[in-house]
Amino acid sequence: MEKEDLIGDIRSRFPAVEGYAETLGDQTLVVRREGLVALMTGLRGAPYDYAVLLDLTCVDFLASEGRLEMVYHVFSLSRNRRLRVKVSLPGDDPVVDSLTGLWKNADWLEREVFDMFGVGFTGHPDLRRILMYEGFEGYPLRKSYPWRREQPLLPMKD
Amino acid sequence: MSGLGFLATRFDAALGWARKFSLFHYPFITACCGMEYMSTACAHFDIDRFGAGLTRFSPRQADLLLVVGTVSHKLAPVMKTVYDQMLEPRWVIAFGVCAVSGGIYQNYAAVQGIDRIIPVDIYIPGCPPRPEMVLDGLMKLQDKIQSQPQDWRWKKKT
Repeated sequence: MEKEDLIGDIRSRFPAVEGYAETLGDQTLVVRREGLVALMTGLRGAPYDYAVLLDLTCVDFLASEGRLEMVYHVFSLSRNRRLRVKVSLPGDDPVVDSLTGLWKNADWLEREVFDMFGVGFTGHPDLRRILMYEGFEGYPLRKSYPWRREQPLLPMKD
Repeated sequence: MSGLGFLATRFDAALGWARKFSLFHYPFITACCGMEYMSTACAHFDIDRFGAGLTRFSPRQADLLLVVGTVSHKLAPVMKTVYDQMLEPRWVIAFGVCAVSGGIYQNYAAVQGIDRIIPVDIYIPGCPPRPEMVLDGLMKLQDKIQSQPQDWRWKKKT
């Protein structure tokens, strides 16, 4: 399937896809968050075969003004082709469905996004901080986190 | 001055002399300063000339804790545990500006100086410090050990 056909095909099958952009040869789909898991399930299997979740991260476009954006990178081994999927989340309700049911590596990646950005993942088996310690307050990669904020040292745990 | 007091002073000096030339060090290396540590420890600069050549990889056998590099909040309990395992008398060198004050990492992740967690005897700034500076710091520690009152087993505790 050629590039344009592929995207057209995906868009016709998944109406939750609301946008498409191509930058420097990278294809990007923008999807509404209700349709994320359905889209990813479709992309993972035949005929698209994006079997690998390369990365999953988040961008804060000023969550205070209502925009966080999840970014997923998937890769097809059989076609040697990459695809980027973006989901926009409202800043006052940053929750999206977990992809741990599709890819196991989404587990820790989603924990990292939860830790750094405070995005909730419904259906995640073990959603807790992964990089910062227990008792850390706030989400350090949000733009609203003061860059020089120091948190109090906690007593040692046994 | 009583004869006994004179003897105690002499013994302190002898003990200090013995201790300053037999520093078994434990390298707690987390970052790029480790390269300078290796350079200092190996043949070109050779800390064995100062009696500190015997690296111990167990804190229970070490006198000198070298904290080399950035310590993050997540790592801080590990460093504290290592320090707690060391036997008295023990000394700590903060090696490099990250260990001294957090350095360029003034952010949510890095401890702003290891002296917030454990006591430090000698601070060696620099990013990273040159081996000459490290040797200078080591000699300053030796002077400190020689001049401080020695704690020993049969010493009368005040």
